[in-house]
Amino acid sequence: MLEKSRILAGPPLARGREAWAEHRARLGPLPSADGTIEAMERSGALGRGGAGFPIGRKWRSVAVRSAGGAVVVANGAEGEPRSYKDRTLMTARPHLVLDGALLAAGAVGADQLIVYVGSEHRSAIEAIQRAIAERPEPMAHRIRLVQAPATYVAGESSAIVNYLNAHDARPTSVPPRPYQRGVGDRPTLVQNVESLAVAALVARFGPDWFRSAGRLTTRGTALVSVSGPIAASGVREIEYGTTLRELAGLSGGATAGVRAVLLGGYFGGWASIDPSTWDRPLDPAALAEDGLGFGCGLVGYLSADDCGVRATAHILRYMAGESARQCGPCVFGLGAIAETTQRLAAGRGQDGDLHHLTRWATQIVGRGACHHPDGAAGLLSSALDVFAAEFRLHEEGRRCSRPGSATRAVAS
Amino acid sequence: MARLTIDRIRCDGSGMCAELLPEFIELDDWGFPIVRPGTIPPEMLRLAQRAVDVCPLLALAVIDEPRAVRSIGRSVA
Repeated sequence: MLEKSRILAGPPLARGREAWAEHRARLGPLPSADGTIEAMERSGALGRGGAGFPIGRKWRSVAVRSAGGAVVVANGAEGEPRSYKDRTLMTARPHLVLDGALLAAGAVGADQLIVYVGSEHRSAIEAIQRAIAERPEPMAHRIRLVQAPATYVAGESSAIVNYLNAHDARPTSVPPRPYQRGVGDRPTLVQNVESLAVAALVARFGPDWFRSAGRLTTRGTALVSVSGPIAASGVREIEYGTTLRELAGLSGGATAGVRAVLLGGYFGGWASIDPSTWDRPLDPAALAEDGLGFGCGLVGYLSADDCGVRATAHILRYMAGESARQCGPCVFGLGAIAETTQRLAAGRGQDGDLHHLTRWATQIVGRGACHHPDGAAGLLSSALDVFAAEFRLHEEGRRCSRPGSATRAVAS
Repeated sequence: MARLTIDRIRCDGSGMCAELLPEFIELDDWGFPIVRPGTIPPEMLRLAQRAVDVCPLLALAVIDEPRAVRSIGRSVA
């Protein structure tokens, strides 16, 4: 077990924002950005926005193109329902995020730094604003706060660039990718705020310190958002490799039987929970072997009393509603998937519904400008697997195995 | 190594590409193209180019590169 937190170390979260003076007293001054890319590469730290791309490699891809004129965007849009870790971090440790962003700017050669925060995250916006104001000139001058529209796709990197360039927070066709041509046509590093906080720590304590946490393949610690029938749901910092059982224990324990867990986010997947899989480690590499993902760190336990078909239908309706409505396979595919799943969930399924869902789940993958349809398709595939018997009951019997079920566990 | 790519935002599902190039393109339930993975053999290139040329929205392209640049991934949320 990890003895103490790293990213969320410092005063209790309930105390709110850690001020500039406290932050400096606790962690010392901002180290030089020299050698930070190498340190990040050696740390093996993975990005925390969802895709898990290695942070060091991402910085290098911008640095080789920048010639001093790159742009860094600290991504705190966090449009993912039931994910709270980015807003929690920005609210409580805004200076750690700013440190990481300033280091990234120095390392990749950027002269513009934008903190992009979801407009619905009021306390995070206030904390970042105050933190910027506390920074001495000329540091504060280099940082700009931009509020992101409160939509799911507004946090996708090409959508961010599009919003900053043209006030349109919809994804664009790639290439060019942001690191090639982004904000103001410059090479742009779009990096999740938790990733930046990690970088601020690696720059201070070194890659070996970073690698000393982590029980299996993936090194380090990560923030997770825990929800479901759990006594103390909320944001926690865990060492990679912590098991689902331990995480539930750390969160006060389960308040009801648990049958499954949503991992990674609405673009993630369902995993069943039984006596053996309770000990499944939250390690991105281990999860990937089973076709699962760590994603944005969402861990949504599903109560044994809740219906998997209904919970899935709720998520898919949300995902269909959050389509940017630009690409046919996303607009029509997700629309049909959401409608069909909802019909099944409501006990109004038609013969062939499951057959269609199975086909669409593979057919829409890779056919959008961004990965929004892929995420929904992956979620659906996992549901068809984990809740297979239940889906059949809904289609053939037009009924639910848990008639009193709510979708509150992961979906409300 | 030539292969077909589709700009999914431009594409409005006219379906003309699938008519001209059924060997490589089929349509989904809503009329939007599904490209068969893999490269286009040289003898098919002229036909593929014709499909590109008839696309009313210029959404289809033949690109010739040693496997497109690998994705840097997304950072949703």
